[in-house]
Amino acid sequence: MILVIVDHDRGVLDPTSVQAISGALALDSEVDVLVVGAAGRDVVGELASFGANTVHLAVHDSVTDFTPVASARAALELISRVSPAAVLVTGTPRGNEVLAHIAAILDLPMAAECLEIALGNDGVHQVVRNRWGGNIMETARVHSTLLLAAFAPHAVRAESAVGTGTIAEFTPALSDADLAVRILDRVGEGATGVGLTEARVIVSGGRGVGGPEGFAILEELASLLDAAIGCSRVVTSNGWRPHSEQVGQTGTKVAPDLYIACGISGATQHIAGCRTSKTIIAINTDKDAPIMGYAHYAVIGDLHTILPELVAATRAAKE
Amino acid sequence: MNIAVCAKRVPLSGGRWELTADGTEIDTSGASMGFTLSPHEECAAEAAVQLVEEFGGSSTVITVGVADSEEQIRSLLAVGIDRGVIVETDGGEWDPQGTSSALIEQVRAGSPDGAYDLVLLGTEAADTADFQVGIRIAHALGWPVVTNVKGLKITDGVARCERAVGSYREIYEVSLPAVITVKDGLNIPRYPSVPGRIKARKKSVDFIAGERPAPRLEKVKLALAVEEQRSAEILGTGTGNGADAVPALVELFRTIGVI
Ligand SMILES: Cc1cc2nc3c(=O)[nH]c(=O)nc-3n(C[C@H](O)[C@H](O)[C@H](O)COP(=O)(O)OP(=O)(O)OC[C@H]3O[C@@H](n4cnc5c(N)ncnc54)[C@H](O)[C@@H]3O)c2cc1C
Ligand SMILES: Nc1ncnc2c1ncn2[C@@H]1O[C@H](COP(=O)(O)O)[C@@H](O)[C@H]1O
Repeated sequence: MILVIVDHDRGVLDPTSVQAISGALALDSEVDVLVVGAAGRDVVGELASFGANTVHLAVHDSVTDFTPVASARAALELISRVSPAAVLVTGTPRGNEVLAHIAAILDLPMAAECLEIALGNDGVHQVVRNRWGGNIMETARVHSTLLLAAFAPHAVRAESAVGTGTIAEFTPALSDADLAVRILDRVGEGATGVGLTEARVIVSGGRGVGGPEGFAILEELASLLDAAIGCSRVVTSNGWRPHSEQVGQTGTKVAPDLYIACGISGATQHIAGCRTSKTIIAINTDKDAPIMGYAHYAVIGDLHTILPELVAATRAAKE
Repeated sequence: MNIAVCAKRVPLSGGRWELTADGTEIDTSGASMGFTLSPHEECAAEAAVQLVEEFGGSSTVITVGVADSEEQIRSLLAVGIDRGVIVETDGGEWDPQGTSSALIEQVRAGSPDGAYDLVLLGTEAADTADFQVGIRIAHALGWPVVTNVKGLKITDGVARCERAVGSYREIYEVSLPAVITVKDGLNIPRYPSVPGRIKARKKSVDFIAGERPAPRLEKVKLALAVEEQRSAEILGTGTGNGADAVPALVELFRTIGVI
């Protein structure tokens, strides 16, 4: 049996976290799921539609929102009771965090960012996992009786399957220390504007834009295309744009229909955040810039001359 | 406040990655290859420098890596970290448990200024992305840990941490001593000044011999991400100032359906 820990936010299932159920069902027909928090009751039906049979619901008066160590303690209690062969999650920030607490407490290895998982029966398992934001893949062995692994987000697709969704509710024993780290408040909810991750089009600028004022023309193009603004790390580390706009390995991962990279060289850490864009256009003075190996189309030249003309022509075309 | 920052030297390619012939390492011999630190860890170091400016005490950067990691350690000394500790390896990769044990030992040993009040790390390493070293250190020390932190303010020994989740931020508070793993965007790391670089040369870097434990997460081999090596179709003549490509771009916008 494999135990999958899924996440919900105040009773709304995290759809990415469910991918691990499909990933687990490909390895073992018996998959149990752990959900933590009373509001998890609201997601049991949905979990059944992904093939979950027994849904272990850990309910505790003091756990009213995400509490990482409490989730790990609940999982540990369950692990000692149901003895799974593996505990799997999707590697969302919460999924990785809870699994790492389990690994730390049990002093077992944990493999994050897995694309493929193969369970061995002699305490040696094999995984393929991302390194460098997906630019490199590693084949690794995990030496552990209990395999702890996180699928990279979107490494497996959530597939519908039929499960019973039987609820097994329990109250984990928790100490004060297990509850010490928890969400006290949320700020900035309901922010507006075309978000980077939802945008169909992204107009992105790099060092070649030259400074914060240089982004005015990118913003004009963005407003004509209903696009969000993105940027490279050089831009955020110079303070030209806020970090929330940074695309890449340590920024945001995006997959728009169209990504327009203006004055961006195409470092692999930037590409890690935009490689799955449907179409990439590069505007760059350097015809040999690495971005040319990833872009579908390129314009060789100075963005400061090209963009004003492009804005004018786009505006004219829309009229 | 005494702060430990854990940071790791990683290879950086100016172009595409290349692997060694046996496929177990990144080939670092090429002309476009260099070494660097993760932005997460640069932000951790910047936070440590700012906190010492605010509260006094000292900051120490600890790494598990080859002797040449001194270059990256000195780059952090140049922006204001007070000293460095290198647990020296022979270049073979340490797994997250081995790395954590070595770091735990150094944190337990404390700094010359006394015990550490805070350990700052990246949320995940740039190369291996294991998402666990900070959490392992916290459990070993019995300290609380907050991860994915993009906003940090310490008042009266309590760290208020903001964790970015989609379009909003979650707030956590933990009492020191604590472990906090941070993300790029926490702050804008300063560039080293010339005096900073000169001072960095005189700061102490201790070398401690490390003994690599048998890996339990064991690297077998590496492969480059499979993707078609594209060659961008050049719009316009590709020779002038690029403005001759504008009609083709507008046509492309139409074809893709964005206007
Ligand atoms: C672990 C790690 C994580 C990282 N994460 C990220 C990340 O999330 N996102 C990210 O972006 N980077 C990230 N980086 C940094 C990355 O390695 C590069 O340094 C960065 O992406 C380069 O930004 P750039 O393309 O804007 O600048 P440069 O590499 O300097 O490129 C500027 C480009 O602009 C072109 N140009 C100059 N002038 C003009 C002009 N007038 N018109 C047109 N073109 C012009 C130049 O030809 C050049 O190609 C990370 C690095 C590390 C080590
Ligand atoms: N070899 C190392 N030396 C020092 N710090 C490290 C090392 N490996 C990882 N770390 C720290 O732990 C963080 C998380 O790493 P990981 O859990 O391996 O993804 C990194 O961002 C670093 O701050």
